[in-house]
Amino acid sequence: MNDNKTEVIVIGAGPAGVSCAITLARAGKKVLLVERGDNAGDKNMFGGCIYAKQTAVIFPKFWETAPIERPVNNQKIFMLTDFNSTIIENNNSSKAAYKAFTVNRSKWDRWCVEQAEKEGVYYAPKTCVKEILTENGKILGIKTEYENFYSDIVIIADGVNSKLAKQLGLRNEHKDTDVTVNVKEVIKLPKNVIEDRFNIADDEGCACKIIGGPLKNSLALGFMFTNKETITLGFGIGLDELKEKKIKPYELLEDLKSHPSIQRYIKDGVSIEYSAHLIPEGGFNSMPKIYDNRVMIIGDAAMLVDNIHMEGTNLAMLSGKLAAETAIFALEKGDCSASVLALYYKKLKNSIILKDLKTHKDTIPFIKKHINTITDLYPNLAEQFFDVLTIADEIPKRAKYRRFVSTVLRSGVIQKSIPLGIFAMERCIKK
Amino acid sequence: MNIDEKLALLKFNKSNESHLSVDNDICMRCSEKFCTYICPANVYEWNDKKCIMTIRYENCLECGACKIACEKKNIKWEYPKTEYGVKFKNG
Ligand SMILES: Cc1cc2nc3c(=O)[nH]c(=O)nc-3n(C[C@H](O)[C@H](O)[C@H](O)COP(=O)(O)OP(=O)(O)OC[C@H]3O[C@@H](n4cnc5c(N)ncnc54)[C@H](O)[C@@H]3O)c2cc1C
Ligand code: SF4
Ligand code: SF4
Repeated sequence: MNDNKTEVIVIGAGPAGVSCAITLARAGKKVLLVERGDNAGDKNMFGGCIYAKQTAVIFPKFWETAPIERPVNNQKIFMLTDFNSTIIENNNSSKAAYKAFTVNRSKWDRWCVEQAEKEGVYYAPKTCVKEILTENGKILGIKTEYENFYSDIVIIADGVNSKLAKQLGLRNEHKDTDVTVNVKEVIKLPKNVIEDRFNIADDEGCACKIIGGPLKNSLALGFMFTNKETITLGFGIGLDELKEKKIKPYELLEDLKSHPSIQRYIKDGVSIEYSAHLIPEGGFNSMPKIYDNRVMIIGDAAMLVDNIHMEGTNLAMLSGKLAAETAIFALEKGDCSASVLALYYKKLKNSIILKDLKTHKDTIPFIKKHINTITDLYPNLAEQFFDVLTIADEIPKRAKYRRFVSTVLRSGVIQKSIPLGIFAMERCIKK
Repeated sequence: MNIDEKLALLKFNKSNESHLSVDNDICMRCSEKFCTYICPANVYEWNDKKCIMTIRYENCLECGACKIACEKKNIKWEYPKTEYGVKFKNG
């Protein structure tokens, strides 16, 4: 790189930034990728699992060489009541194609950056961007703690807190309803113990979602994932709810850990790490302006997360690729103005990203309205149903059925479920 | 496991300089003090006697929740200087 000048600067080496930078390098563009961590991944955490198909678009057959933990072919949904649980489990280990893999962000992010470097990306870790350099409103590059770098296009991939999009006035500070606070613990256990407890075969993996129990009556979603020799357990909860209910996240995590149905999975494990991170959950309605003259915003910084399906890394990578394609077009045209970069928005609109975000633009507020039904009533009714099936005593079955049906009717679950059904159906039909 | 034990599991490179600051006068008039419980690292503690906010910035996990939670926009929030702050190994 001559005179600290390059064609494109990408800020942030998460999934969005790396896939953007590598796509540019593959097209022969000069690209500088900067990251504030000592290494990529040092500042990042997620659940989590990456999705095979969309990740392979950037890194074909990555599972053959990348540091993955386990392929996910077992999923469980835990519906917790105060002391018990109903667990729905899906096992699909006989299917040959990979769907998702659990990874450790410290190792995964670092591997991705190594691939990018091999393909010609100029990578600068330990480089925190302080601000975007502008002159008379024109974006010229970036200012770091030590020096300035210049480029024709700047791509902002600095994650959910995106100070830089804010500096440019492309977005406001988040509202507390637009983010969830996530905490997790990584718990070490022997490999065979993990496989026995989660009912998975050798080197296979499990992804769990958890509702109810200590998380009931809040828009809070718990998660548990199996890595090679650790389990990650955590949850996300709306920042507005933490404030309103005066909840300390680490105390709620302890409540979740000590729930009898969760405790069984982590028993005798040793906690080796605790971490916290925000997820942008505002979705479509809270997206910033994602392009302007000489600049584009990708990934979490652009709020591109499908919170309903725990998809973030895949949308980050895809948005990075689309922004890169737009940059390549603009550079070749010799015009990096907003009118040309508008192509990025068009590409997002035609992709799965904005289609899915639009589908779910009202889902979170809707779920919030029905949160007690979903996180308290359903788990309790499920438990009572299983009681009818399993308790054998002197009470005639007919009386038990009658009692269960009358509990169901009295709970109002039928009326309460109608709007949920209609809402779900609308999501399928609506354009 | 309490929060101090959780934080003790982590690797921090501690800076001598805080990347977080508040105006204590504004905090004094804040009845909610959201920052003192929503923070996943228990960084903020109000000292009633001295009327100052104790900020254990060296335990910060850099999540960003506090600056959004404070309705008085009273938290000056920066990233720690390069090479400082938390380092996750199992994210
Ligand atoms: C608890 C949790 C569970 C999740 N589970 C899943 C899951 O199972 N599957 C899934 O697909 N997604 C999941 N996600 C979402 C996913 O992690 C994010 O959507 C994804 O990481 C976004 O990628 P990104 O590159 O946009 O941002 P990030 O991954 O946040 O990367 C941003 C990068 O920019 C760097 N940076 C920030 N500011 C600067 C600066 N000023 N200068 C230089 N560098 C800077 C950061 O250090 C970081 O490396 C989860 C998230 C959380 C928090
Ligand atoms: S919420 Fe803001 S104003 Fe209130 S005590 Fe905390 S930092 Fe101070
Ligand atoms: S950034 Fe997160 S961990 Fe750090 S002080 Fe604010 S809320 Fe606490």
